[in-house]
Amino acid sequence: MNDVLTQSRPIRLKGRSFLALALTPELPFDDWLVQLDALASRSAGFFLRRPIVLDVQGLELERAQLRDLVSQLGMRNVRIMGIEGARSSLLGPDLPPAMADGRPASDVEIPATDETQKTAPAESVVSPAAPLPRAMSSIVISQPVRSGQSLLYPEGDVTIVGSVASGAEVVAGGSIHVYGALRGRVMAGTMGNSSARIFCRKLEAELIAIDGFYLTAEDMEPALRGKAVQIWLEGETIKAEALS
Amino acid sequence: MGKVIVVTSGKGGVGKTTSTAALGAALAQNGERVVVVDFDVGLRNLDLVMGAERRVVYDLVNVIQGEAKLTQALIRDKRVETLYLLPASQTRDKENLTPEGVEKVIASLKNAFDWVICDSPAGIERGATLAMRHADVAIVVTNPEVSSVRDSDRIIGLLDSKTVKAENGEPMEKHLLLTRYDSARAERGDMLKVDDVLEILSIPLLGIIPESMDVLRASNVGAPVTLADGRSAPAMAYFEAARRLRGEILPVTIPGEKRGFFGKIFGRKAA
Repeated sequence: MNDVLTQSRPIRLKGRSFLALALTPELPFDDWLVQLDALASRSAGFFLRRPIVLDVQGLELERAQLRDLVSQLGMRNVRIMGIEGARSSLLGPDLPPAMADGRPASDVEIPATDETQKTAPAESVVSPAAPLPRAMSSIVISQPVRSGQSLLYPEGDVTIVGSVASGAEVVAGGSIHVYGALRGRVMAGTMGNSSARIFCRKLEAELIAIDGFYLTAEDMEPALRGKAVQIWLEGETIKAEALS
Repeated sequence: MGKVIVVTSGKGGVGKTTSTAALGAALAQNGERVVVVDFDVGLRNLDLVMGAERRVVYDLVNVIQGEAKLTQALIRDKRVETLYLLPASQTRDKENLTPEGVEKVIASLKNAFDWVICDSPAGIERGATLAMRHADVAIVVTNPEVSSVRDSDRIIGLLDSKTVKAENGEPMEKHLLLTRYDSARAERGDMLKVDDVLEILSIPLLGIIPESMDVLRASNVGAPVTLADGRSAPAMAYFEAARRLRGEILPVTIPGEKRGFFGKIFGRKAA
């Protein structure tokens, strides 16, 4: 027995992200539930077997109200796996766990589009258990990105050991690091991450963008051309400085 | 089993056909069996540069369509007996090139020859991708100017993704052949320098072919430059490139240049 215990492997904890529907209820809940029922009656089973996260951001709620809503939804076969945007005092062991750091994903198609604006659920990528800090994933590309190639990585950071050629494109959800000349187009923080940055050994880019704000080669500071540079976003302004 | 080489560039007019003929003739003069294949269906030129335009009966499309046997379509060179040409069709559409047909032809050529050199059409469409598809080695022909370099970069990307080798996860062997190089103009800044091109493309250098009237003269008489005048500067550069293709390690030089310039180029290696 002891042998087994001492030799047993440690329990493995892993982070993993899943796609879930984020449902945004509105006050008063009774009216909102009526609308939800209308949607459910038009497309039975829309919520069945789907992981649902309740987004209560910005709602003035009592704990009893929230518990009531969750049980009302449970009676409609809408099973809530977590609650987003709730004060921690609202949540207790009898309610689904808190969710944080959800990242937006593309919208989900709703079966019937008319009159459903209010119940339109937005899809959201949710990190698994709230207490675990979420690690941004990243990839390393160890060859040059050639003209005409397009590298898309919405999940996180991209590191390129090599150059990004003129006419090539790198799009990342997080930051972009180029250990080589950056001659193509790079877009960092495309999933709404304004703290993403761009780093390169030699700036000769055609276009750079962070969180949708962009600069073309013409608008870039001429003194930074050919230099090792880092680029970040301050408010709505793209800032760049040479790395010494 | 022979080696299949594709001579490609993306951009037109940079010297693919000239280089195919010159390298083919250079390799064949060493006694190796060489076939040069024209993939430029509809705009064939290799037969002219090889001086075989009046001897074309059947072509690549005829062979692929089963209208002729491979041995009927192959044209043996009159000057070097181990050098053959498989011409392209001038009248047919390039839609007649099918992936299966090309694969079969390349496989039989590989069995019969030491080197199968495919002259790719310009562009990145069907003809070009089929020419590169079964290659073991790629020669990327580039002029020292920005549009040619960017197109070559695009082609290198395709070589790394659209070839059989790449699809099997094997690395594709790629060499840069810098043609129409004029060192005086590069020094003046009118042209990209060798180092700039190598830095952008980051593939090993096979050779530097100087800009020369000898190349034009050779194609006008219908002879690969390595057969027309073996002592000319471009011919010597092609001979050296052919030796590097065989695996010899030689410092890259520009024949006919002054010694002072040699020093700068000696021992050059790409990343």
